[in-house]
Amino acid sequence: PSSSQVQRGLEKLTPAQVDQKTAEVVQYILVKDQKKIPVRRAELVKNIVKDYRTVYPEIIKRAKRIFEQVFGLKLVEIDPKNHMYILVNNLDTPAAAASPVKCPSNPKTGLLFVILSVIFMKGGIVRENQIWNTLKKLRVDPGQRHEEFGDVRKVVTEEFVRQRYLEYTRIPHTEPIEYEFRWGHRADMEVSKAQILEFMGQLHEQDPRSWSQQYREAHTGSSSSQNASSSQTSSHASTSRK
Amino acid sequence: MSRQLGDHHRRFLQTMMTIGITSEKEAKTLYQHCCETHKTQCAPDRLEEFIEAINSRLQPMFMQIRKGMSEEDGQQHYALVNTAETDITRMTSDYADNELELFRKIMDLIVSSENGKASSTDILNSADMMTSKKLKKGETQQLLLRLVQDKWLCESQGEYNLSTRCIIEMEPYIRAMYQDQVKVCHICHNMAFQCQICENPSCGIKIHNPCVARYFKGRMEPHCPACDDFWPHEIPEVRELHSLSKR
Ligand SMILES: [Mg+2]
Ligand SMILES: [Mg+2]
Ligand SMILES: [Zn+2]
Ligand SMILES: [Zn+2]
Repeated sequence: PSSSQVQRGLEKLTPAQVDQKTAEVVQYILVKDQKKIPVRRAELVKNIVKDYRTVYPEIIKRAKRIFEQVFGLKLVEIDPKNHMYILVNNLDTPAAAASPVKCPSNPKTGLLFVILSVIFMKGGIVRENQIWNTLKKLRVDPGQRHEEFGDVRKVVTEEFVRQRYLEYTRIPHTEPIEYEFRWGHRADMEVSKAQILEFMGQLHEQDPRSWSQQYREAHTGSSSSQNASSSQTSSHASTSRK
Repeated sequence: MSRQLGDHHRRFLQTMMTIGITSEKEAKTLYQHCCETHKTQCAPDRLEEFIEAINSRLQPMFMQIRKGMSEEDGQQHYALVNTAETDITRMTSDYADNELELFRKIMDLIVSSENGKASSTDILNSADMMTSKKLKKGETQQLLLRLVQDKWLCESQGEYNLSTRCIIEMEPYIRAMYQDQVKVCHICHNMAFQCQICENPSCGIKIHNPCVARYFKGRMEPHCPACDDFWPHEIPEVRELHSLSKR
């Protein structure tokens, strides 16, 4: 809707109505994002916004402001084509002491970081075999049920992909079919390259500066350095030693 | 009155969103950490005010950080709760209709019990008497596991009780649903599930285990505060503050 349409739409509604609708949108997105499910604009309009669709731009604008001012989160459109949103941490995360509260650390974060690291170190795309081989060296065999992760292949190729941490795409003209991995949109937003280098350094007990090319890429910005991980992955610092 | 928030408030809220519930002691530590991280002044005795500021901004979203006592250790806890519904339908995004029906039945069992617990056996029997799509034994066990993981129930030796988070969050629903059936602690006036009961049939007051410990501390012969009869139950020890209290 055009901005004049939005204005006219707003005039027909009471401020309380618009606030209420904004609150519903905020709640809906929080619930979805807690499960790491991106929110599609179409679904937001269909399920929550409904009759208020003419003033949708205003509602989203207000929702964004609430996410920033109340929660310290940023509502980001990660997929401009399909209009999908995720929430990303908007707080400056200084290299301060870790939170004293024991957030339930997710062991899968360590697993994810290993995979993200491999992809990053190999320049951004990796054939799936390289990932499976790396994991096997860490005694995580995708062919076997893992004590901690369960069905490893499923976690990596389905769960992490659904959460937009990884992209798992078919390599054309391969027979038998082969797939390759890339970082997903959420990883781009939440995980900085500097964090990956830090993680690799810890894993191999080396100074991150020893991987000079990747270190430079990590520290000259691009999409990587903005926000550190969301509060839900912030426990990775404690789970990275695996 | 809506208050302006700083990053220290936001970090606290983000952590509450991740963990769901925390003890008062942990909340104080977290508050100090958030203030230090964002280089803000922090008076240790102003946690309530700090949380009130956050709550003033959460209220339009039907969320609140609410305080309540754990029936296990008597410590105060803070839980981030949804205030939109007085029904348990706030769980609908996570549980199927028949699972919610069984959860209601579990709650019936707990409310009507003397010890505030429901045994696995009783729960499995309830599953047999469901009106919506019946849950099989394996499915019931899986559901119980999830309810414990999601911090709605606690399990101990095959018996299930309501978690502190559940009690804090569902208080309006429980009071509305069960009304006079819900036990109330004579000392602190909150809902009581795990409690001691005066054995005088014309008295029958209830007192939370930790409230018993505090009320009767140091007394040689405990007597019911309402009817003066001898209080026949074992008086628990007052629990010292742990650094990480159980939920
Ligand atoms: Mg990408
Ligand atoms: Mg829920
Ligand atoms: Zn009490
Ligand atoms: Zn009595």
